[in-house]
Amino acid sequence: MAFGPHLLLAVLEGLVTSAVLALTALGLSLVFGVMRVVNVAHGELFMLGAVLAWAITTTIGGNPAIGFMAALVLAPLIVGAVALAAERLVLRKVNYDPEATIVATIGLLYIIQQLALTFYGADARPVPPPFNMRISLPWFGYSGYKLSIIGASALLLILSWLVMTRTKAGLIMRATQYDRETAQAFGIPVDRVYAGVFALGAMLAAVAAVLIVPISQAHYLMGQDPLLLSFIVVIIGGLGSLRGTVVAAVLIGVSDGVISMFFSPTLAKMIATLLVAMVLVFRPHGLFGKAAQ
Amino acid sequence: MTDRQGFFDLGKTGITRRTVIKGLAATGAGVVAPGFVRYAQAQSSAPIKIGFQCHRTGIGAAYGRWYEKTTNAAIKLINEAGGINGRQVEIIIEDDGTDAGRGAEVVGKFANQHKTDIIYGTLFSNVVIGSAPTAGELKIPYYVVSEGYHVASGKLNRYCLQPGITDVRAQVTSVAPWIAANAGKKVTMVFPDYAFGYDHRDYLPPALKKAGAEIIAQIAIPPTESSFTKYFPQIPADTDVIYHVMVGPAVLTFVKELGEFYGSNGPKLFGFIDSLEAVDINSPGLDYLDGSHFWEGAPRYAQADDSDAMKAYRAAVGIDDNGASVSDPKDVSTAAHMFGCWETLYVIKKAMEDSGYKGPEDRAKLIEATEALTEFAEGPEHPQGKKVFNGKIHQVFGTQNISKLEGGKLTVVHKTSIEDGQYEAEADYTTQPL
Repeated sequence: MAFGPHLLLAVLEGLVTSAVLALTALGLSLVFGVMRVVNVAHGELFMLGAVLAWAITTTIGGNPAIGFMAALVLAPLIVGAVALAAERLVLRKVNYDPEATIVATIGLLYIIQQLALTFYGADARPVPPPFNMRISLPWFGYSGYKLSIIGASALLLILSWLVMTRTKAGLIMRATQYDRETAQAFGIPVDRVYAGVFALGAMLAAVAAVLIVPISQAHYLMGQDPLLLSFIVVIIGGLGSLRGTVVAAVLIGVSDGVISMFFSPTLAKMIATLLVAMVLVFRPHGLFGKAAQ
Repeated sequence: MTDRQGFFDLGKTGITRRTVIKGLAATGAGVVAPGFVRYAQAQSSAPIKIGFQCHRTGIGAAYGRWYEKTTNAAIKLINEAGGINGRQVEIIIEDDGTDAGRGAEVVGKFANQHKTDIIYGTLFSNVVIGSAPTAGELKIPYYVVSEGYHVASGKLNRYCLQPGITDVRAQVTSVAPWIAANAGKKVTMVFPDYAFGYDHRDYLPPALKKAGAEIIAQIAIPPTESSFTKYFPQIPADTDVIYHVMVGPAVLTFVKELGEFYGSNGPKLFGFIDSLEAVDINSPGLDYLDGSHFWEGAPRYAQADDSDAMKAYRAAVGIDDNGASVSDPKDVSTAAHMFGCWETLYVIKKAMEDSGYKGPEDRAKLIEATEALTEFAEGPEHPQGKKVFNGKIHQVFGTQNISKLEGGKLTVVHKTSIEDGQYEAEADYTTQPL
């Protein structure tokens, strides 16, 4: 294949990765930014979204588009409810203590993973995409659905940005992130904000999973890679920064696509890890992060 | 998750001298006590224990589930027919998580804690390679159903045997002439980037060359990869056939993306069914495979010329004509491989009977008795077909099937002969001490 089309394919693949990554990482970043909780179970909430998407589409049956739309709405809601329960029953009980929450979320990771294995099984199960369209380019064909993922993700990211910057809820979240105690002193129910943010972070992961599942199947171990990549993105972009998260996701996704296509996927992972190390050395708060208060 | 640190491993708990003495005293009292005859003559009445190293979790879990069903079906029949040497057979299962490190721990656990007579049943080559040294050190016979070439290569040790399933080197050698004659001369290989894939990488090219075809590109894909489009540009444009062998949960994605990439005018496909074991061939997105060919160890779909033995085996394991569970038509089996469990258990039975196996002290005799076997006739114990066993390299050789996917099912179009797959043995385990 000639260089031009080859590069185009690499960039397209990279953008699909970026789109999903940005949503997943945004959830992780939000939870850390506002709550100072490192949610190690984030990848499992992602997996839960995918598994639920399979369950919902198979239950509804019929036209794949209807099942998919239902999954896109219901799966995040259920995952959000699970996260809310976890927040109330676990994180709140350990007082959001940074060390304790890491251990608690590791426990949560295993619980969710093993429950999925027990009730869903060890198989990878496919979810039909809402529409099947092959975009035929002169050099190669490409999945129309994959392109729509990029669009859907961009839409959701813009929506998140609007919520964060233009609504009262966003203002409250930002206030809590900026200074928890002062926010509380001004009558912000920090406790409820935490619960909401944790659920919202989980829902973002679930939406990303529902979007990706028609091209990658639901499997009970699928949460590991997204977790790792989300951490990489969040560290590079700066914890709690929406802009940083998006920029880092595109950077990691596209460079992963291009490097793994022209060189090797292993090299792409090596470079991403190296980048994390460099950022941690030279800009410990990430490209767009601010120093802690 | 798995118990990596061995917190729950009873074999590792500290035992003080006092508890040992107490235990010894209690045991002594028990043996002397009148009326205490339970297992006093342990070997003659206690069951034979077979440790089953099973992929219950991890990427091999679908295989593990069906290996377990096949094993249970075979053991049920063996026990109903009187067991082995008049003793019942008990299967003890430990999950290895399809993980090499955990596999070695499981071998130790079988030998030291469960005190099984032998260990059996492993599929994934990384686990076999990781576990074999431990089995050799502990001198416990290790019968694998893995199809990797590692046993026959001589890389493992005298305690590792593969008497129930043909190895990959023989498989690819026997199908290569058919590929060259029927599919195309210019072949691009796509294979998983670890031991199992390397067997294909190393032994297909010479076999194809002999048959007048050539490999024009080899693409190794990490086994945990979840997206494949990025690898497709490496497939040369003049490829006639893509030879694909993949494992793991992402196989559906692989096929789907291949279809999207090429549309209707791509190269032909020849695949190892390993890619689609336990996967419904009529899953959405697999339409692209229609008309392509597959290697199958044993056919997934019931064939018109199935022997009575094959029919009986399929009924005993509980699979219908489509190769899915009779209780759940969506639960597709790993038919192309799991027959190996059935046949291996019958080989173990034969070798235990030949050697008059009584207990762990006879393990060396059991190995020698297995090595002395040469042929297994087709029949209820070997439903997949006749086999030839080479005791020097501990490897069995059988016929292979090439099936065409058409009309939503796989139909066997060619059966290779045992001779097609034979190669010159490169090792001799019988020279190693026992």
